[in-house]
Amino acid sequence: MSTAVRHPVPGEPPRANLDVRLSVEQVSYAYAPNPSQAPLFTLEAMSFQAKPGEVVAILGPNASGKSTLLKLISGALAPLSGRIFLNGFATHSLPVKTRAQRIALVQQESRLLFPSRAWEFVLQGRHPYRGGLRFETEEDVIIANNALAQVGATHLADRWMDKISGGEKQRVILARALAQQPLLLLLDEPTLHLDIGAQVDLLESLRRLAAQNRYTVAVVTHELNLAGEYADQVVLLQRGKCLRVGSPATVMQREILEQVFQAPLSVEMTASGRPRITLFSNT
Amino acid sequence: MRPLTLTRLFLRCSVLAAILFVVVVVALKLGAVQVSLYGLGKDLISVLLHRTSSLSSDYGMIVLDIRLPRILLAIMVGASLSVAGASFQALLRNPLADPYVLGVSSGAALGAIVALILENRLNVSPEMAGLVTPLGAFAGAAVTIAVVYVLGRRDGEIDSTTLLLGGVITASFLSAVIMVLMTTLSGNNLRGAVFWLMGDLSTPQPRSLLYFLSFGFIAAAGAIYTTASDLNLLLAGEKEAMHLGVDVPRVRIVVYLAVSVLTGLAVSVSGLIGYVGLLVPHIMRLIFGSDHRMLLPAAALGGAIALVIADTLARTVTSPTDIPVGAMTAIAGAPLFIYLLRRRFA
Repeated sequence: MSTAVRHPVPGEPPRANLDVRLSVEQVSYAYAPNPSQAPLFTLEAMSFQAKPGEVVAILGPNASGKSTLLKLISGALAPLSGRIFLNGFATHSLPVKTRAQRIALVQQESRLLFPSRAWEFVLQGRHPYRGGLRFETEEDVIIANNALAQVGATHLADRWMDKISGGEKQRVILARALAQQPLLLLLDEPTLHLDIGAQVDLLESLRRLAAQNRYTVAVVTHELNLAGEYADQVVLLQRGKCLRVGSPATVMQREILEQVFQAPLSVEMTASGRPRITLFSNT
Repeated sequence: MRPLTLTRLFLRCSVLAAILFVVVVVALKLGAVQVSLYGLGKDLISVLLHRTSSLSSDYGMIVLDIRLPRILLAIMVGASLSVAGASFQALLRNPLADPYVLGVSSGAALGAIVALILENRLNVSPEMAGLVTPLGAFAGAAVTIAVVYVLGRRDGEIDSTTLLLGGVITASFLSAVIMVLMTTLSGNNLRGAVFWLMGDLSTPQPRSLLYFLSFGFIAAAGAIYTTASDLNLLLAGEKEAMHLGVDVPRVRIVVYLAVSVLTGLAVSVSGLIGYVGLLVPHIMRLIFGSDHRMLLPAAALGGAIALVIADTLARTVTSPTDIPVGAMTAIAGAPLFIYLLRRRFA
């Protein structure tokens, strides 16, 4: 596929390939505490694309650059070289407000200084659509209610955010991201503090939401089996290098996973063509 | 789901405004010279109708020329400190952030003192003289906020503990410098300076300064209010706020400059008054929640109420002598703070 999506000329509609929503093109990054020093961390040039409704899992051991890649996609960081396009617009050059209307990010932990009710929290997702002082409209309330319903958290609306469990909190945070009505939903280890049932629930609803609302979802995770089961595409990173991109079945093979994660394991295919990974102890 | 509406905002604010009105009337009545409520009402109405010549009460002069300006000053200072505290707590993500605790008030005080010394040396024209202290205090506050902000950052984000320690150390350093400057004073000047540093509203201020103060408050508090929704999101951190569409650098600079103005103005007329900026926003948050569109006006009115009460106590408890109002707010504020703290962990 030709990847020559040009940076749009102002005033001219972007010539986006409608099949491709997210396009990461030869993106690299380097982090150095100050410019004169050698970079502490580099991300080598990588490319991949995702369509509307697709779930992309970003996998790799610690310090492989997963979160950095997610920050680059979110537009919070500027790539050293290359470009990341969302519907034809470079994510980093979007104005903050426009970016928040198109990209929602669910981060590992959302610490609140002063507690608020879950519904107040979800309504914050409407902030990019409001002026500085405008009060929430009926429409905002309907969208926020729908978002809560979509993640099955309607009953939590009136609870305080600091009085609900980790899994419930994660749902409310996801609802806030849905209230942003984004084109691209990014999640940084959303399953980190969840028990196994809640993890499956969350991934299940992510895939359903992606299909229903035509979001493109990119999720950073350590859970190989969940990624194998629910992702349409897997991006496998190791020490800042993109080793493979492709369907779970093509990327998640025994030799490469053993080499990347430094652990003996076995991979079998399920009836639905999804890889299932079993870890062995080292001894 | 009951999001804040303009109607509810106005209703709640009118309740607070009504309480403020009652407090002001009582404060006008109380004092070394007793005034009847009837005489007070008649006087106030004749003033409102611009018939100052027909003041009925023998004590009209005391009430209108001494007590009323002082009460208006307390309203402006209380509102300024409380709004400054409320926005600082959100911007710096720290429940203890307030201009007094973080040394910003001390910075403003030092700025005001330096401005006074320069004023004496430079022979500033009399019309400008009244503005020198507020400007010096503003500059002192702005520089101190910048220093504390830089001290409080770690890995590109504000770190609560570091910020607090940085602020406390800055405050103690600035107090030491002020002490050194005070050793050059003597007699009445020294007593005046001591009162001012403890927070004092008894010095009569020229009317022009009251206007200047009100204008500064409206401009600064208004500027902060335009960022009210953004401050709500900043409670979850700068990075998260940015991902929800908040222009964090803009909010930071607006709040930073406006808090410098508020603190500078308050300190230049009343010295160092603690606890109002710290406690009033917390109490308002307990009552009205942490939506800044509601919290900021509530804090302004609440701060005004609190300081008018504190100043009325300061001038009546040991009447006819005055206690510095800063001592009053600390004596009442410290136990209240401890109570709120224990309640939170209970």
